[in-house]
Amino acid sequence: MGYLLRRIGFYAFTAWAAITINFFLPRLIPGDPVQSLIARSQGQLDTSAIQSLYILFGLDDEKNIFEQYFDYVGQLFRGDLGLSFTFFPTPVSEVLSDSLPWTLGLVGITTVISFFLGTLLGVLAGWWRGSWVDVVMPVTTFLSSIPYFWLGLIAITLLADAGGAFPSSGGYDPGVVPSWDMDFVWSAVYHSLLPAITILISSMSGWVLSMRNMMLTVSSEDYITVAHAKGLPERRVMLNYAARNALLPNVSGFALSLGLIVGGTLLVEIVFSYPGVGFQLFQAVGAKDYPLVQGIFLIITLSVLVANLFADLIYLLLDPRTRKEG
Amino acid sequence: MALPTADVMPIIPPGEEPVPAASKKRRQLRFLANRKALFGLGIFGFFCLLAIFGPMIAPYDPGERGADLLVSPNGDHWFGTTHLGQDLFSQMLDGSRSVMLVGIVAGVVATVLAVLIGVTSGYLSGLGAESLSALSNVFLVIPALPLILIITLSLPETDDMTIALVIGCTSWAWGARVLRAQTLSLRRRDYVEAARATGESTWRIIGFEILPNLTAVIAASFIGTVIFAVLSEITLAFIGVPGVSEWNWGAILFWAQSQQALAQGAWWWFVPPGLAIALLGTGLALLNFGIDEYVNPRLRSGATTVRGVKMRVGFTPVLSTGAAKEGK
Repeated sequence: MGYLLRRIGFYAFTAWAAITINFFLPRLIPGDPVQSLIARSQGQLDTSAIQSLYILFGLDDEKNIFEQYFDYVGQLFRGDLGLSFTFFPTPVSEVLSDSLPWTLGLVGITTVISFFLGTLLGVLAGWWRGSWVDVVMPVTTFLSSIPYFWLGLIAITLLADAGGAFPSSGGYDPGVVPSWDMDFVWSAVYHSLLPAITILISSMSGWVLSMRNMMLTVSSEDYITVAHAKGLPERRVMLNYAARNALLPNVSGFALSLGLIVGGTLLVEIVFSYPGVGFQLFQAVGAKDYPLVQGIFLIITLSVLVANLFADLIYLLLDPRTRKEG
Repeated sequence: MALPTADVMPIIPPGEEPVPAASKKRRQLRFLANRKALFGLGIFGFFCLLAIFGPMIAPYDPGERGADLLVSPNGDHWFGTTHLGQDLFSQMLDGSRSVMLVGIVAGVVATVLAVLIGVTSGYLSGLGAESLSALSNVFLVIPALPLILIITLSLPETDDMTIALVIGCTSWAWGARVLRAQTLSLRRRDYVEAARATGESTWRIIGFEILPNLTAVIAASFIGTVIFAVLSEITLAFIGVPGVSEWNWGAILFWAQSQQALAQGAWWWFVPPGLAIALLGTGLALLNFGIDEYVNPRLRSGATTVRGVKMRVGFTPVLSTGAAKEGK
């Protein structure tokens, strides 16, 4: 229990840090942040957008920085993230609540699948080292070096364009109305297949490599030799003795690298024009929509923190030592 | 994205046996005997040369418009042309400088920060060390790409250098974590205790006893950060963040994407940048595997054969005669 409380405390601290970064960054810009943003957007902002910026940065009235900070945090707790320029005058929170479910569905599910598949492949690659399975090493190394979005471009060219089997953009058929009926769900799943495969291929290789290396490290431990000597079937030694112990560092690695992976997967959405947060981020950067970029940063960070908490819970189940401590 | 393989790598305990200078030298060179490391180093060197000389040997001005619009690769234009008739081969050569420069500068910045923060928080104890470690955990958990994005968008002016600095200042956390774990395991070793007992100052112990034994880990974290920085920078250019050099490979992909190169079947527009990125990334990853295997001999692939018996790590060696095989 103590372990879990410490983790929750840490995540609360990180969330606070992210909020504080969000608050102070625009204020660190020398001079008037709104003026400099206007200068950067080269006259693309209309007056109402400028007004919304002043409100977001709390520059519309005379307050000292502490009052501004408390106002900002108060706004956040009411779910108010300011107004988006791209979709003016829609609040950022509304834009996000439209796109977040798509991202959670696509990125969340594929990340979990890729972790399981990659770990399994890594177990096999580590166990049968020195055989033909070693071929996976150069292949996975190459795949893990490819940017996710580029693989997406290739996938579209090969499988989607010009009479290919898959749709190349969008989250569902323009013809169906978003609702929970079979037509829509099928259409959404069908549209997410190609982006999902892209993410799977490029994110899986990292897990294969790290699990393989952990298997190699674990498999020279004494307890493996003992298990062999007892005459246990090879599969049992591989899964229940070697993989069981090699899994722990991989799970904690999963939690730590989520932040990196999410960044890459968001880009796949851009290539596929998938209606999620990543595509929103792309449009926001193009339109210099600062409030929307800030809102996306916050919401992605919070999602990653929640996912981390889940990974910690799983770690707690897998590693009895953490339970004993508490 | 290539992730470092493990938090703590076993370190060959230094000073366990007195090593004569000659064999110490050989030990250092043994790293180069590793095929992976050598191959990776070759690729990395090739791209470094490209970054230095590429812009000079480019056959055309990368921005110059030509009469041949969107032609596929041919003798005049090795990589084909864009919708404005610009030569893609020249753009790739010109862009290599920005890619390598940002990658290496960001890698150096991040590695210096990682060493400072990781080693300090690993060697010292108390509140200061704890808070440094908490700081690196915070940076580790916050998604890097969105963070880099909001920082670059807040800056009044951005160019290759500022982007390299932003990437460097946000991506040191992984290295710091690995170095801290490694330092924690080193600081209780006998030779460090001995140095402390003889009254060496803390900074001398860190500089002369601890740091030399972290060289491989520091090198690995540098290479890991360069991979990450190159990918991040290309990603930023691909999203269209202003300030990245004009013909960065990511920018080429940005134009390819926005000019519908896909729909027009102009594969030569987006295949070379992607392959170049993948090749560079593979080279760096191989270099890192070489270091990993140098530090942790268990990872070396290939079964060793001793007197006709195939040994595999983790297996009780059994003479595999015909009968034994059938029994299996």
